[in-house]
Amino acid sequence: MTAAEKAKAPPIDVPRDGPDLTGDKLAAALEATWMRPPGLIGWLSSVDHKDIGRRYIITALTFLALAGALAVAMRMQLSKPDNDLIGAARYDEIFTMHGTTMMFLFAVPVMQGMQIYLTPLMVGTRNMAFPRLTAFSYYMYLAGGCLLWVSFILNMGPDVGWFAYPPLSGPQYGVGKGPDVWAQMITFTEVAGLAVAVTLVATILKQRAPGMTLARMPLFVWTTLVVSLMVIFALPSVALASGMLLSDRLVGTQFFNPAERGDALLWQHLFWFFGHPEVYIIFLPATGFLSEIIPTFCRRSIFGYPIIVMSVVATAILAFGLWVHHMFATGLPRIGYSFYTAASMSVSIPTGLQLFCWIATIWQGRPRFEVPFLYVIAFIFTFVIGGLSGVIIAAVPLDLQLHDTYFIVAHLHYVLIGGAVFPLLGAITYWYPKFTGRMLSDALGKIAFWLIFLGFQLAFFPMHLSGLLGMPRRVYTYPAGMGLELPNMLSSIGSLVVSAAVLLFVLNMLLSLKAGRIAPPNPWAAPSLEWATTSPPPPYNFPHIPVVESRTPLWDSPETLPVVHGLRVEHRELLLTSVLAAGPETREPSAEPSPWPFISAAAVTVMFISSMFSPWAVLIGAVPATIALIAWFWPKSALPHPEPVIS
Amino acid sequence: MSSGFQTALGGEALESSNFLTLFIVFLIVSAVMYLLIVAALMLGLWRGRSSDEPLTVEAGRHHATNPMFRPALIGWTALVLVGLVALTIGSFFTDRSNASVARNPQLTLKIVAHQWWWDVQYTTHEASNAVRTANEIHLPVGVPAEITLESDNVIHSLWIPNLAGKQDLIPGRVTDIQLLPRKVGTYRGQCAEFCGVQHAHMALDVTVQSKADFERWVAAQQRVAFAPTTPLQIAGYRYVTTHECSSCHSIAGTTANGQVAPDLTHFASRRSIAAGTMPMSTGNLYGWVADPQSQKPGNHMPTMGLSPTELHAVVAYLEVLK
Amino acid sequence: MSSLCRNSCLAALAVAALLGGCDRQERYSRGKPLGETVPVSGSPDTIFPGKSTPPPLDPRAAAYEGNAYAIAQGQQLFNWMNCSGCHSNGGGGMGPALMDGQWRYGGRIDQIAASISEGRPNGMPAWRSKLTADQIWQLAAYVRTLSGQERKDAVSARADTMSNTPPETQTVRQPIKQADSAQQ
Repeated sequence: MTAAEKAKAPPIDVPRDGPDLTGDKLAAALEATWMRPPGLIGWLSSVDHKDIGRRYIITALTFLALAGALAVAMRMQLSKPDNDLIGAARYDEIFTMHGTTMMFLFAVPVMQGMQIYLTPLMVGTRNMAFPRLTAFSYYMYLAGGCLLWVSFILNMGPDVGWFAYPPLSGPQYGVGKGPDVWAQMITFTEVAGLAVAVTLVATILKQRAPGMTLARMPLFVWTTLVVSLMVIFALPSVALASGMLLSDRLVGTQFFNPAERGDALLWQHLFWFFGHPEVYIIFLPATGFLSEIIPTFCRRSIFGYPIIVMSVVATAILAFGLWVHHMFATGLPRIGYSFYTAASMSVSIPTGLQLFCWIATIWQGRPRFEVPFLYVIAFIFTFVIGGLSGVIIAAVPLDLQLHDTYFIVAHLHYVLIGGAVFPLLGAITYWYPKFTGRMLSDALGKIAFWLIFLGFQLAFFPMHLSGLLGMPRRVYTYPAGMGLELPNMLSSIGSLVVSAAVLLFVLNMLLSLKAGRIAPPNPWAAPSLEWATTSPPPPYNFPHIPVVESRTPLWDSPETLPVVHGLRVEHRELLLTSVLAAGPETREPSAEPSPWPFISAAAVTVMFISSMFSPWAVLIGAVPATIALIAWFWPKSALPHPEPVIS
Repeated sequence: MSSGFQTALGGEALESSNFLTLFIVFLIVSAVMYLLIVAALMLGLWRGRSSDEPLTVEAGRHHATNPMFRPALIGWTALVLVGLVALTIGSFFTDRSNASVARNPQLTLKIVAHQWWWDVQYTTHEASNAVRTANEIHLPVGVPAEITLESDNVIHSLWIPNLAGKQDLIPGRVTDIQLLPRKVGTYRGQCAEFCGVQHAHMALDVTVQSKADFERWVAAQQRVAFAPTTPLQIAGYRYVTTHECSSCHSIAGTTANGQVAPDLTHFASRRSIAAGTMPMSTGNLYGWVADPQSQKPGNHMPTMGLSPTELHAVVAYLEVLK
Repeated sequence: MSSLCRNSCLAALAVAALLGGCDRQERYSRGKPLGETVPVSGSPDTIFPGKSTPPPLDPRAAAYEGNAYAIAQGQQLFNWMNCSGCHSNGGGGMGPALMDGQWRYGGRIDQIAASISEGRPNGMPAWRSKLTADQIWQLAAYVRTLSGQERKDAVSARADTMSNTPPETQTVRQPIKQADSAQQ
């Protein structure tokens, strides 16, 4: 080497993983570098994606339980006609909280939590691309959720529906601070969602293990990439709309005031431009779960990998062109509606293709009926009903009867519970050993499975009939004599069965934490990279960064995976690779634990909450937030610079 | 099909019977697709369990695929595509059929939605012969009717499932709905867009009748209110026209001319009280007038604390308003 | 923080909050039981000579002042009863302005309610038997917001009508002056 090259070459006297430093010595050294500091400050400063992913998942499941309890309350009120268990105003708050919590505080965050936990493990890297941003996003999500629920408990919660249409949510008819709480909670959760999406895209594009070309990426990582891009395009729409609503309510702007050239429909367009992609943001990660679970439990690689990738991308793109199907009753031009009917029908084609590929995989493999696979079967039985009822309501003449009735409630729960929650429960069962090092109880799992599968059908299938028999949505009671008594009673009983099932599932999760069978690194003999490390993974994920040569690395190199060497051991360092072919490019330092994400989130929380009460808060509150952000980003001279790779 | 008074399965008008036909077509196609998928799944599970040569990792053949799946995939895609195109075309033509009612309406109405009642005006007649009522519509059978829909407060939605699909009433916009009823009968419509605390109690009574009966009803509506005759009714009339009632309600032919609450001129001829909250009867009327907030909490009619004498008088007068 | 610790913190917070509650958004849809039959105020005691001690505030005031629901209902009633016909959205016309600090018959909520209920010389009609006491108190609460007397977080910034005033959440509080009738 010349003197210039020598100067540029990385120092060779720093400890690095490699043939000289491996096994227990390597593990101890990496552990010391990558573990989070002890105590409460360490907990708040953690930037380990596994910590943050776990927090997201546990918080989201808590919100699921809270919203589920509200659902049972609603079903108790609706079990009889003219019931007086819950009054009108309280019922309005309850259904608003149920929908808002499920959509904004459970469905998207739990998917993002699974994505945060699994993506670095599946792509073979040590941490996310922007670890502190991810930590910040969790605190923002938690703050938004607490804002909503504390307001509800303090009797100042929103009561305008999860969609908050003005003028009902506007300054004149949206009495009190409830709609402001709702709108500001949106701001919190959208900031969190966008931050996570950006981090995931960067991680997936730049930090995959060498050799993991885009065509060799696990399908869950593909759905994560596509969904994160959808989040980046969709979430700003609702954040903008909620900002406009807050502005109307706080300082009297006229965005949604028809008397001053505003438009109540503007809200609906902005909201549903977000709202429709939102449901695919929730559904597509579930398809990713299925594409991981089915190969493992059918003991073969997925059929039609390129078709599934194309279908996911096509669904994502098409999802942005459908939103007007939520507005078929608003009196927009009929010929325009026909376009949206056609578009809404066409979005089922890619999903049908994915379904074909999954069934083809099952057909050619050897299925094992473990609990995760049972949820796959439940998904197919349930989601397809939801998808077909979706095709029905895509037709304008049919939707004009069925819109805003219990038929839609049935449809949305079939696709969200059947299409997202069942795969999620299967995924939690599947990855629980990886997250915790223990297996979930098989017996409890199977009982919970049958209870939720059958209970769900009992609860929601009759709602198709209630809707056809004339029951609108968002009503706290209905009159006798319309034939609604039987379907509603069945639904109410079903809701109790579903809650028993969820309780049992959660009980299983809690008990197995202490008493479950100890899990080996790869209890299901699965093919993807996350199973190549211990259960649970060490803070540094992998002792050496693996090299990937196929879509199913652990099946194609069963004894030992090929690895690369040379990452530093005494400072946090990860390997960046190229976007398409995943060739090694640089060794990049990774962020150390820091309390500044938490402090920034606290400052921004104070600013957002006080801006609900006074516009000055935006200006004044920006000061501590800026100071916190400056402290966060202050350059630290002690970190090593990125290093080139030598292939 | 069901003989319910508020059901989408009724099909008693052009649009709702088109709905039934199209819905059945979609249902059959959906059922066939569902059975195909579930059958494929069951077959796949059975084949996978019982096959002698599975293409699995244990057999070392986890990347191999059976060549039959390529044509199967193409066939499946073609089937789905053809099915969806057929359904879309069916939907389009049904839509055109529904829209044909709009070409020649012979009866026009205007409905303004409030929280939580419907203000109904018949606009076919000239203003001096106007028909104004609340929370009910009468329609002659076989006559295409067009209803203009407005709102001056929040978004509502008019839904009379036995007759047609729904249409929103949006402040700042004028929408419309066309109805071509085909069967005489009594039906019920309901607000189908969440509009506040008493959204659940915002219904309206729909009566489809023969043309002769309809003309008789219109003539009755065009009359001013009946005068009270007995002393109790006269006392009630005096109370209603000089106290709180007349601040909000109007009764044609009297000095009560409030514009912000339902018109009461022919109140006693309606089938229900408070936009379908309860059926019209003397007992219900007593309950409503005495304490509206307990029947429909949060609505804009206050509980006035009438004394028993006043209550008897007011109800007696209201029952005169046929 | 372990999930057990977090959950118990949340439970404690919930209990504390339930005991507190928030009165701003309490909806008293039935009015106080039979309160509608009680006179709106102990009039004429709400009018008193300039330098003497004002009578105590009617205990009902607490339920209406700063109550977002009452103010919203009052806003609707202000439009429905055509108060703007004389008072013109608070700017005054045939009737005096309601947005300033001048109150001939007093600017406390019970005094305003008394004015609405009893009527006043020179054209203010008596609403006593035309509106219930509950409705009159709601109107009084709304009228007070026109001069900025109420808490801004209970006030709505605008109505869904043509814009006629600056946003009411930005209204500067006008100090109430007990006017000398000789200066009118």
